Amino acid sequence: MQDRLQALKEEALLKIEQASDLKALQDVKVSYLGKKGPITEVLKGMGKLSPEERPVVGAYANEVRDAITSALESKVAELEQAVIEEKLKKESIDVTLPGRPVRQGNAHPLTAVIEEIEDLFLTMGFTVAEGPEVETDYYNFEALNLPKDHPARDMQDSFFITEDILLRTQTSPVQARTMEKHHGRGPVKIISPGKVYRRDDDDATHSHQFMQIEGLVVEENVRLSDLKGVLETFAKKMFGEDRKIRLRPSFFPFTEPSVEMDISCFKCGGKGCSICKHTGWIEILGAGMVHPNVLEMAGFDSKKYTGFAFGMGPERIAMLKYGIDDIRHFYTNDLRFLKQFKKA
Amino acid sequence: MLVSYNWLKDYVNLDLSAAELADKITKSGIEVEIVESLNKGITGVVVGHVLECVQHPNADKLRVCKVDLGEEEPVQIVCGAPNVAAGQKVPVAKVGAVLPGNFKIKKAKLRGEASNGMICSLTELGVEAKLVPKEYSSGIFVMPSDAEIGSDALAYLNLDDYVLELGLTPNRADCLNMLGVAYEVAAILDEELRLPEVQVETSGERASDYVSVTVDAKEDNPYYGAMIIKNITIAPSPLWMQNRLIAAGIRPINNVVDITNYVLLEYGQPLHAFDYDRLGSKEILVRRAKDGEEMVTLDDAKRKLGANHLVITNGEEPVAVAGVMGGATSEVQDNTTTVLLEAAYFEGIRVRAASKDLGLRSEASSRYEKGIDRNRVYDAAYRAASLMAEYAGGEVAEGIVEAGERLVSEGKAEVTKTRINSLLGTEIEAEQISAILKRLRFEFDVQGENYIVTVPTRRPDITIDADLVEEVGRIYGYDRIPTTYLFSEGRPGGLTPYQAARRKVMRYMEGTGLYQAVTYALTTPEKSTAFTFSEEQENVHSIKVSHPMSEERSTLRGTLIPQLLEVLKHNHHRSIDDVGIFEISSVFFAHEQSLSVLPEEKTYLSGALTGLWSIHPWQGEKKKMDFFVVKGILEGLFEELGLQSRISFESKSLPGMHPGRTAVVKLDSIAAGFVGQIHPGTQKDWDLNESYVFELNLDQLLGASVEPTIYQTLPRFPSITRDIAVVVDKNLPAGDLNTVIHEAGGQLLKESSLFDLYEGERMEEGKKSLAFSLKYYDPERTLTDEEVTKAHENILRSLEERFGASLRK
Repeated sequence: MQDRLQALKEEALLKIEQASDLKALQDVKVSYLGKKGPITEVLKGMGKLSPEERPVVGAYANEVRDAITSALESKVAELEQAVIEEKLKKESIDVTLPGRPVRQGNAHPLTAVIEEIEDLFLTMGFTVAEGPEVETDYYNFEALNLPKDHPARDMQDSFFITEDILLRTQTSPVQARTMEKHHGRGPVKIISPGKVYRRDDDDATHSHQFMQIEGLVVEENVRLSDLKGVLETFAKKMFGEDRKIRLRPSFFPFTEPSVEMDISCFKCGGKGCSICKHTGWIEILGAGMVHPNVLEMAGFDSKKYTGFAFGMGPERIAMLKYGIDDIRHFYTNDLRFLKQFKKA
Repeated sequence: MLVSYNWLKDYVNLDLSAAELADKITKSGIEVEIVESLNKGITGVVVGHVLECVQHPNADKLRVCKVDLGEEEPVQIVCGAPNVAAGQKVPVAKVGAVLPGNFKIKKAKLRGEASNGMICSLTELGVEAKLVPKEYSSGIFVMPSDAEIGSDALAYLNLDDYVLELGLTPNRADCLNMLGVAYEVAAILDEELRLPEVQVETSGERASDYVSVTVDAKEDNPYYGAMIIKNITIAPSPLWMQNRLIAAGIRPINNVVDITNYVLLEYGQPLHAFDYDRLGSKEILVRRAKDGEEMVTLDDAKRKLGANHLVITNGEEPVAVAGVMGGATSEVQDNTTTVLLEAAYFEGIRVRAASKDLGLRSEASSRYEKGIDRNRVYDAAYRAASLMAEYAGGEVAEGIVEAGERLVSEGKAEVTKTRINSLLGTEIEAEQISAILKRLRFEFDVQGENYIVTVPTRRPDITIDADLVEEVGRIYGYDRIPTTYLFSEGRPGGLTPYQAARRKVMRYMEGTGLYQAVTYALTTPEKSTAFTFSEEQENVHSIKVSHPMSEERSTLRGTLIPQLLEVLKHNHHRSIDDVGIFEISSVFFAHEQSLSVLPEEKTYLSGALTGLWSIHPWQGEKKKMDFFVVKGILEGLFEELGLQSRISFESKSLPGMHPGRTAVVKLDSIAAGFVGQIHPGTQKDWDLNESYVFELNLDQLLGASVEPTIYQTLPRFPSITRDIAVVVDKNLPAGDLNTVIHEAGGQLLKESSLFDLYEGERMEEGKKSLAFSLKYYDPERTLTDEEVTKAHENILRSLEERFGASLRK
């Protein structure tokens, strides 16, 4: 009897081994382990055995059954795994195909530059001040020490609307307005960005509309050396830690002394190249100590308060930073241009 | 101002190169824009002596010359210049020489004759053609007969010089002349200053016997002086003077004219030489011109004058436009023998009026406009007279015939050491301050801490203490000013809530795939009001600038959309047809015809979209831009701003817009903008593809007060979702249905969303079907089926009553 079971076991295990799909296994299961299967048949004949033989054969029969069951299970697992693998194989994709695009625009490069500058000065305790683009002659000129017949008005031919109202030629009127609101009490610490307008013919380097960003600090005991500190911080953050700055005396009607700030060329490091016109220096901004007349007109005691102001052109900075060769690109808004400033 | 480095050496010792000097001048306050070498790459040009000059046997226009170059043998050179002649001293480029443009001189044969070098014209040596004296303009340059044969010709021609181009700010008109630059450079370098020594020997005659001077316009012409120089011989001026004029960008004419120009450059004082004999009288009368009065100026143009202009007359007729240009009739000519030399002070504003009206700008007029040193008039006149005596054989009559006040008094300015150091952040010692003021050649008294400075009339820009602080600071050196860091106490910086919100709006718009555009505020009157969405916008006046550059840029805009459409057009013309852009900028509204107060400025957020919204070709996905894409963007924005429940969209016909595809956007029932498709007609006018736009009053949106965010407890009980599909009239807006659904649904209805719209053929004519998914929820308990059914039926009943809706079967 045991021989018979042994043969059945070997026969079943071989069939399991040879089964190629789940259905064949199911057949094996039914035919060997089912109620009408040969093992059951064998066990039915147990009654003919001696009481000594019976438990031995019974145990062996169970052993055979367990072996077949276990072989079945592992074969099922094996086949299932194969099916899954087959499925995954069929599901494989070309991962080099392009992904589904997510629409994402970006800020205008001038906005990017202005926000970068704003953020820098916000961390230095400045606030952002804004004012109207259409201004009175008073705030645009007179309050900034540019009386009606001042020769420097020639420097900025303006779009007048009436004799007294014009498109602002600079963001400085925001300074005048802000100082006035302080009623002679400091500190004032602002940065003011915005659009300005001048009667220039549009060409590669001129635009009748452009941006400015200006800063103003009015406090007791503010010195030119403090301006130097602020500008140096700005230059290093904006153009690189190893930038050097240079102040040159200059002239603006609303500051005295007035300076222009150059930074060491970020392209060549000061050796001289086409960007810095072989001087090693790049002119970045104009600045100075607020003219006493400007302080007085805004209601500050110029004996007690001093201040500094600085102003720069975001277009110029963007042109230098990104190597843009024509100012008109900023206002034409060719999509091929705008798209280049994603990481700006 | 063009400054010759060699000329400057007359006044100041220069122990540094032109480039080093330029650097120092720039650092001290006057920007040297360019340092130009007058030698444009020349080597091997020497002085040659033409020994012999004969006709070329085979060429009419060529001459064969034997030229002595100071070497053993003279060389043969073939020359094409018409003015070459034996006996001349000429600049010769030897074989092996290099001329500007890297032009190398080699041995050559010209029509069979050997030519070993080249006799040069000034243009061949790099001088601009417009600066070459007329007599040499079409030939070689002839040098003075005392030029040393074989020596370097460049030194004779001053082509070894450097020219520094100064970029002068309006306050530094004092450096519009060589003496002013010399004062500046002497101060910067701490060197001695040598001023020209002027000595005039006068003849026995008196100028006042020859002319009288009257000024009838004292405000325009505070001082007028005239000198008389007789027995002049007109001839070319000396080569050194011509060289200096050329370096300064002025073409030499003849000795008298050159001298007036030379002194103009040297002293900054414009001078004019009249031919005394052709003046037509013995009288100078300065007056305003009469309206319509005419005269022919030096350039042979007939000029129409007006009462706004100042003229010099001979008592009757104008002979010069004051400070601008002389007249043709009294022009100095080759046969002139007596010169009346004018040295006057005209007010800049009057000179400017004439120079602007006549379109004439000259070295003289620009100096008058920027301001000259009145106390230098005399010195300049005498300097010119002495040069005329020396180089034109003139005899100077005694005295200056004059009218008006010549001298003006000098101003005073005060400053203290404390003020200087507290403004600059320095610790400059008293001795250093005194030394700097001396270098600047300012006279001063020290009274205690106070420096009382007498400001020379050449420096009218110095009036207050801050001006003196700057003078001391810049000579001390801005690079020596320390760097300090300013810390204000306890005042953090930051954006205002409005500014922060505006940045948030920008980031949101970028996130929806739109690119930010920045466009011009000036446009045409038509475009400035081409798109409106509220009645308020219609009752405004356009704001025109009084002197526009063009009609296209004449008027301030009241809408951003036209400029955005321009951007679409620009891109469309370059085959870029999938475009989505937005702009945040100011618009302007005037509530009066002629502005007496500033116009109203508002910030608008506008956008324009055209072409495909999304495209993913290899998976076959393509979505065209449509109304609902744009509306979706705006709805997302309103959610970002916490305004979604207060916003409504109402169909409205607006100018330039598709009448059936445009909605006004209302915030709390007040128009705040619009969204829609551009009218096909407008679209065609603009040469665009189908385009969508929106415009929102950003100030209005950001100005709306919004409740702070408060956390809502997460649902603890299940919600129940039921769908409802109803058939209604085709024209009924879905938004109206939604409103009623919410009213009727009561507290339990939490959300409704449209999930189906059907208007197809299986629908009765004039009807459509809308299906909503409705979500019921009670935060306190689990809802019963009965409750929900009751609410749901209530909704259906309300829809039936209000809109005649029927349940779709």
